[in-house]
Amino acid sequence: MGVEIAIAAGKVVFLLLVLVLQVVAMGVFFERKVSAVIQDRVGANRASIFGFAGLGVVNTLIADPVKFLLKEDIVPAGVDRRLHFWAPIMGLIPALVAFAVIPFGDVVEIAGRTIELQVAKLDVGVLFVLAMASLGVYGVVLGGWASNSRWSLLGGIRGSAQMISYEIAMGLALVSVVLTYGNLDLQEMVRQQGALVWGWLPAWGIFYQPIGMIVLLVAGIAESKRIPFDLPESESELVSGYFTEYSGAKHLMFMMADFVEIVLIAALVTTFFLGGWQVPGLGRTGFDFPGGTHVALPSIAIALLQITAFGVKLVVMTLFQIIVRWTLPRFRYDQLMALGWKGLLPLALANVMLTAAFVLWLGGAGA
Amino acid sequence: MSALLFLAVAALTIASALVVILHKSPVYSALGLVGTLALIAMLFLGLDAQIVGFLQIIVYAGAIVVLFLFVIMLLNLQEEPEAFAPSALVAFGLAGGIGLAAIVAIGLARAPLPTGPLRDRFGTTELLAERLFTTYLLPFELTSILLLVAIIGAVVLGKKKLP
Amino acid sequence: MTDPAPLSWYLVLSAVLFGLGATGVLVRRNLIVVFMAIEIMLNAVNLTFVTFARSQQNADGHAIVFFVMAVAAAEAAVGLAIILQVFRARATVNADEVTMLRW
Repeated sequence: MGVEIAIAAGKVVFLLLVLVLQVVAMGVFFERKVSAVIQDRVGANRASIFGFAGLGVVNTLIADPVKFLLKEDIVPAGVDRRLHFWAPIMGLIPALVAFAVIPFGDVVEIAGRTIELQVAKLDVGVLFVLAMASLGVYGVVLGGWASNSRWSLLGGIRGSAQMISYEIAMGLALVSVVLTYGNLDLQEMVRQQGALVWGWLPAWGIFYQPIGMIVLLVAGIAESKRIPFDLPESESELVSGYFTEYSGAKHLMFMMADFVEIVLIAALVTTFFLGGWQVPGLGRTGFDFPGGTHVALPSIAIALLQITAFGVKLVVMTLFQIIVRWTLPRFRYDQLMALGWKGLLPLALANVMLTAAFVLWLGGAGA
Repeated sequence: MSALLFLAVAALTIASALVVILHKSPVYSALGLVGTLALIAMLFLGLDAQIVGFLQIIVYAGAIVVLFLFVIMLLNLQEEPEAFAPSALVAFGLAGGIGLAAIVAIGLARAPLPTGPLRDRFGTTELLAERLFTTYLLPFELTSILLLVAIIGAVVLGKKKLP
Repeated sequence: MTDPAPLSWYLVLSAVLFGLGATGVLVRRNLIVVFMAIEIMLNAVNLTFVTFARSQQNADGHAIVFFVMAVAAAEAAVGLAIILQVFRARATVNADEVTMLRW
């Protein structure tokens, strides 16, 4: 019993510290640098250690967090202290916990044990992701309400309305994904994407569910309240929306929740549509080339290859969301709601019906 | 779910329910409700009801209580000066609740509930879906009509000027 | 999955929760808090159903809980819309002050 707990704890530590939080840090850095490249400027590069500025890495990844952590924690008068304290925490925890069902590798064999590289092997993994997405609304709602300020309240109301509207489209996109794979467990979904169609095309979800991918991506960007959907925290309208009255470490927590959700959406799109940890041609015992040759590899090497593939795909999708953020202007609130209810919802519904018809025609689910 | 863990979760659930009915501020009552619902979902998971547990979080804690919080924020309800009925009614309610719990406890002490071995794939989506689409097909379809009626009703009732 | 705690305890817990919910409905004056107490009662019933489902190894209990959740969602939506209308008409959600059909 103790060994199993230790293995699970090790998986959590590895996933979060080595994979997710590194991609989050990369995302924070790329946010500054990619925005600079898009806007034809240099970006933040003033902070340096003994003259070494590291292209802005020292500024973004060392100076900024230290600044946030050392800033004074200002709590305005008249706020509800308990809610004000717990709102950033309730925003961050569901985003981090949702990674428990994301698989980051197949299996690894250590000391005779076969360890599944997924923290929690739930039979209903997809529902867990949806549950954590719906719990993320509380950070916004409480942050807006507890701040005793009209901008925060407006940001909170807008944010929660937006999040619950786009949850529906996200849920329907996930329904069509579940119809395609016939399974709710994310690890099984990724395993089904390992086949090679016609001998060379990897059976990734993007070829089976293009509309589903678009719906999930748009709904995911709206859920994490990124531009073009960032009315709840619109910088030019609402000061900072629902986290106006937060400073120092709590502000850092809200921003971190923002980036963790970006990586979460990237992980979901990767898992469902880009083959997760699958490397085309890599089976459980080694490479299977189309010609028929088989190169055997030790289990650890295979696991590392798969984790690297997963990490690369995560970074690609994170970069995609960052580029989208700095390219598109912001939606107006009525446009945002119209897109969610009159655009994405019918599209997702039609996709579900189309997928169901296809699955019935092909005689059963399973890619 | 071992007995010790159950006792801890049960104590927390009762504490959250007490927050819901005792706290003067509606926002804290709503948060107490979230706590109660999440803990009950944990109890569901302990009873091997996986899909029902997560549905509980998605539907109840993630949507219904958000709706409650929305309405509270919209109406800007603060703490209330006089939140409770006269003490006679309180005593009556408490007596009724304690009586019910006592009856159930005494009845169960005479005939405890058996715990069978776990069926294969119990609590998963497949079993629930098999029930929903065979025995309970009619209620399933009627529920979808009910939800449609509720949506239309809520939209009409929420208008500023009723027709 | 390991064995659950003695199932009778779950039933006692749901009876206690039901009693608490009923007390809340009787005792509180704020209409929204009354609604929340009703939700607690519904959840206590859900817990009973799931406990019996586990005891009898029967997924019928899960199906009933599914329906209870759907009906509770519908009821919450319509009920809160009604409370909004009451607030617009009387500027209060205190049950003691919403006693006359006019004025």
